[in-house]
Amino acid sequence: MSTSTYRWSSGVLRRIGLTGRGIVIAVPWIWLLLFFLIPFIIVLKISFADTRLGVPPYTPLWEWTGENYLQLKLNIQNYLFLARDSLYLDAFLSSLKVASVSTLFCLLIGYPMAYGIARASASWRNTLLLLIVLPFWTSFLVRVYAWIGLLRNNGLINNVLMGLGIIDEPIVMMQTDFAMYIGIVYSYLPFMILPLYSNLEKHDNTLLEAAVDLGATPFRAFLRITLPLSMPGIIAGSMLVFIPAVGEFVIPRLLGGTDSLMIGRVLWDEFFSNRNWPGASAVAIMLLLVLVLPIMIFQKYQTQEAGGGGHR
Amino acid sequence: MAARAEDRAAQERKAPWKDPRAEPYIRIDDVSKKFGEFIAVNDVSLNIYRGEIFCLLGGSGCGKTTLLRMLAGFETPTEGRIFIDGQDMAGVPPYKRPVNMMFQSYALFPHMTVEQNVGFGLRQEGMSKAEIAPRVADMLTMVKLQDFAKRKPHQLSGGQRQRVALARSLIKRPKLLLLDEPLGALDKKLREHTQFELVNIQEKLGVTFVVVTHDQEEAMTLATRIGVMNQGRIVQVGTPHEIYEFPNTRFTAEFIGNVNMFEGRVVEDEPNYVLIESAELGSPIYIGHGISTAPDAIVWTAIRPEKMIISREAPTEKRNAAPGVIREIAYMGDMSIYLVQLDSGKTVRITQPNTHRHAEDPLTWDQRVWVSWHESSAVVVTE
Repeated sequence: MSTSTYRWSSGVLRRIGLTGRGIVIAVPWIWLLLFFLIPFIIVLKISFADTRLGVPPYTPLWEWTGENYLQLKLNIQNYLFLARDSLYLDAFLSSLKVASVSTLFCLLIGYPMAYGIARASASWRNTLLLLIVLPFWTSFLVRVYAWIGLLRNNGLINNVLMGLGIIDEPIVMMQTDFAMYIGIVYSYLPFMILPLYSNLEKHDNTLLEAAVDLGATPFRAFLRITLPLSMPGIIAGSMLVFIPAVGEFVIPRLLGGTDSLMIGRVLWDEFFSNRNWPGASAVAIMLLLVLVLPIMIFQKYQTQEAGGGGHR
Repeated sequence: MAARAEDRAAQERKAPWKDPRAEPYIRIDDVSKKFGEFIAVNDVSLNIYRGEIFCLLGGSGCGKTTLLRMLAGFETPTEGRIFIDGQDMAGVPPYKRPVNMMFQSYALFPHMTVEQNVGFGLRQEGMSKAEIAPRVADMLTMVKLQDFAKRKPHQLSGGQRQRVALARSLIKRPKLLLLDEPLGALDKKLREHTQFELVNIQEKLGVTFVVVTHDQEEAMTLATRIGVMNQGRIVQVGTPHEIYEFPNTRFTAEFIGNVNMFEGRVVEDEPNYVLIESAELGSPIYIGHGISTAPDAIVWTAIRPEKMIISREAPTEKRNAAPGVIREIAYMGDMSIYLVQLDSGKTVRITQPNTHRHAEDPLTWDQRVWVSWHESSAVVVTE
């Protein structure tokens, strides 16, 4: 394109508000609009509707009545029902508990791993990181099923333990909270390790040397220097584990007991078994509200870090 | 300034390193450090005395920082031993050594305020907040940062950070302070100012300083003694004056300041004089004292640019003189630098003070001149 054509066309584009910078920013915004905001509005809309038999299985929110009236019907019954039936509150609370415990274990297991990788020699680092990411190359479901093979009564672990004569009867692990926690922690561990690693890897080793030089034992230097400086990584990793773990549905269903009450499971049952779309939508909206809070904390921390000049 | 010069003179008169009875504060005995096949520090022995500012001077990779890190305890010697205040440091971890270090990058804790940074060392000793606060305040006053106590390091300028680092490393009142390129990150004006401040603080607190630097000017102004390092070895140890005027190797002569070096062969080696034949000068070199070398040995004669004389007429003495042509003149204000190409082809560097505002008939480009020096001005080195 010749310079003059380019100038002409860019002038036209600018007049309608399209600049190179604008387009670059617009793409993610359009993406969020299409795949997040619009679906959210649809779900929000359904949550205020009433169930009915038919396709779709919910009533419209607005109707023309007579000639000039647009009737808007907001059914808050679904939300009231959520508040009234203790099942939903229990499910929310137990989901939060499961997610919190899982996040804690991911942190306890993931922090030493991320720390180890970050302090490993450069030649080892990529190999170790690859080992963390490698399981992603197999299907998530296959990996959860693999755990069934390990944990069930005549599974690998029980067989080995019995073969060695350590136990006489198989330990019941499947369909328990134990199996569910193992599944969640195992599945989400990489999401904890990767942000932690990317934080820890940037740490300046001379800070630790300075702390030790000033009389701190290596352990105290870790507590006073490494740990506070890795806080952004801890928060990012915890959010990445906590948020999806709250809504986790597959793992509790496959590994957890029938009595394990997870909000994801309630949502699924509401949607597919009861065909109560409005009720399910209300649950989804509540779930979103519960999760927005930690996301906002995370965001605040991130902007704080960026605004504070970070640490080098 | 005059007072300071007197202090330094007193320190040099005391010169504990000349007193055979003086007990060295730091004793480094045959220390070597290998990283795999690479020998970073090669069989170094060194005594450093209480109250000294000892500069380890050398180019990058000469092993000076490794030696410093061994004093701090971050590296363990592969061979040899280090004694600080008579105590063998082998196996003593850094956090138990009576030593503090000021890092080249300052290594300030980014998540702590200036106050917390400075107080860190005392906190590790288990002191209470009430005890720590006044000492931190005193220290901040000394480095003139009392108004910046609540700031975080990223809100400070380079010079302020440097002072926080200094305050932090001095708060535990160490007997020995290690400084790794303490002025490296500061601009020229600030460097000069800080150099004198460092010396003042050192004298006030009576701390022994071991400073690592690649900057010879920094070493010259700070040090009571300088240890010149090259390829893991200590090449020469001496006062700044000794290092400059009596270099013992070509390396030292060339590393510290500028020097003109003439390769030559010893023709006469008598107890009271030496005669050297040098193709590089084009005439014989006469040295007014004896040196002990084998006859016909190849030696190098080093003359500092300011000790050379540039003249229009041939000097009466035909030795230690050569004709040449002025190729470059650089006017520096207080002095001028002349690059003179001798008839032998070698270019020498001569500096002359500009003592008069208007020189009659000044020297100019492409002028034929004579270059000469006094027989006591040159130094002969054999390696």
